[in-house]
Order: sequence, then structure tokens, then C-alpha cells
Amino acid sequence: MTTPVGHVLILAGVLFLLGFIGVLVRRSIIFMLLSIEVMLNAAGLAFVAAGSRWGQPDGQIMFVFIISMAAAEVSVGLALVLQMHHRFKTLDMDAARTMRG
Amino acid sequence: MNLMFYLVAGIAVISTLMVIVEFNPVHALLYLIVSLLSVALIFFLLGAPFAAALEVIVYAGAIMVLFVFVVMMLNLGPQTKGEERLRMSAHMWLGPFVLSAVLLAELIYILAAGGHPVGMREVGPKEVALVLFGPYLLGAELASLLLLSGLIGAYHLGRRGPENRERREETI
Repeated sequence: MTTPVGHVLILAGVLFLLGFIGVLVRRSIIFMLLSIEVMLNAAGLAFVAAGSRWGQPDGQIMFVFIISMAAAEVSVGLALVLQMHHRFKTLDMDAARTMRG
Repeated sequence: MNLMFYLVAGIAVISTLMVIVEFNPVHALLYLIVSLLSVALIFFLLGAPFAAALEVIVYAGAIMVLFVFVVMMLNLGPQTKGEERLRMSAHMWLGPFVLSAVLLAELIYILAAGGHPVGMREVGPKEVALVLFGPYLLGAELASLLLLSGLIGAYHLGRRGPENRERREETI
């Protein structure tokens, strides 16, 4: 009696949707980064579920790539958060919507 | 095993929902860590123990600690002491504590029941490593380049010396 892989994919979809809603709704840049993490995690879950369905290691390898990409993205994103806090004294994304040439 | 999966899936969805609706960044981080731990348990149930270990070590361990560092760095101020007291109060850690206690009980139950997920073929770290450094070697090299560029980018964006600031304002 194993769990059907469709249910795992549904869970991945629900998690991805929650992260997507978070990106759309929240305006604090920290929460947007967190929501992006949730979305990446859900994508990794879908990969691992598919790899485990066929008993192949490829899904876990894609998860390794996703995790390294998430690490790089978080380091750059958090450096941006620090810069933004330094320049605008706030973490609201709407403060940074105007460009200055 | 089926019931276990749905229990963990419920915990994952609840904690992720709390990440979105929470207003305090530290609360949201705690709930996100619980969500990552539950996803790691799902990986274990799916017969992918290497991915589960990576999820706990890299995601919940390294990336979330980076977030916590930045949140703590930005919160410096005279109100820090009051917030620190607030952080220790029960209503803050009770929710993540209960959820992760359920996760821990489930993990202990799985390990006591034999540790092996039923029905699914377990793909161990050895197989993953053989394929990662075999057909996917180019991908691993590209991932290392990506990490290097992330490091350089974070260093470039994160530096904040007075001489750098003056020079940057000149260029602007």
C-alpha cells in the first residue's frame, strides 16, 4: 500500500500555489523571498516524487541542482535586501518601484 | 504508510499557509522551517533519503539560517529588547513546536517500524552520486559555476565601505 504519486504531485502543486500567492500578495521583500523558496521547494518535491515513481535517481539529481540554484539565489537576494534596507530604510517593495537613470 | 503521508502533507500545507499569512518575519521563518522539515520527511517516505538529508542540511540548515541572520541584522534598534522578550513568549513558538513534535513522533514511528518505506524502491546516495558524476557531470560543473557567480554577486552587492559609497555616489 503505497501513496499514489498523483497525490504527491497535488501536494507539490498546492505548495507551489501557496508560494505563488505569497509572492503576489505580500509586499515585504523578505516575505517575497520566502515565498520564492516555497515555490522552489515545491518544484523539487515534484521532481523527487517523479524520480521515486520510476525508481530512478534522476529526480534527486534535479533536486540537487534546484537546491544549489536556491542557495545562489538566496545569497544574492539577501544581499539585495541589505542594500535596499540601506538605501530606502524600509523593506517595502513599493519603495523601490521607481527607476533613476 | 498512506496515513503517514497524508499527516505530513497536512502539516506541510498548514505551515506553508502560516508562512504566507504571518506578519512577523521570525514567526514566518519558524513555520517555513517546519514546512521544509515535513517535505524532508515526505522525501524519506518516497524512498529518497539523500534528498531528505540535503533538504534538512542545506535548506533548513543553511539557507534558513541566512534568512534568520538577515532578519536579526535588520531588526537592530531600541525596540530590540522588547521584541526579544516577545520572541520568547509561548504563543510564538507553540505552533511550530506542536507541528514539529508531530513530525518527530512520525519519524520515530517510521524508524521503529523498520525505516524502509513500503513498496517504493529506495534510491540511496550511492546511485545518486554515480549518476550525478556520470551522465550529469556537466550539470554539476554548471551548478558549481552558478554557486561561484552567486558568491561574487553577493559580495559585490553586500559590500558597504565608506570609500565604496562615495565612489558609487560619484558615479550616480
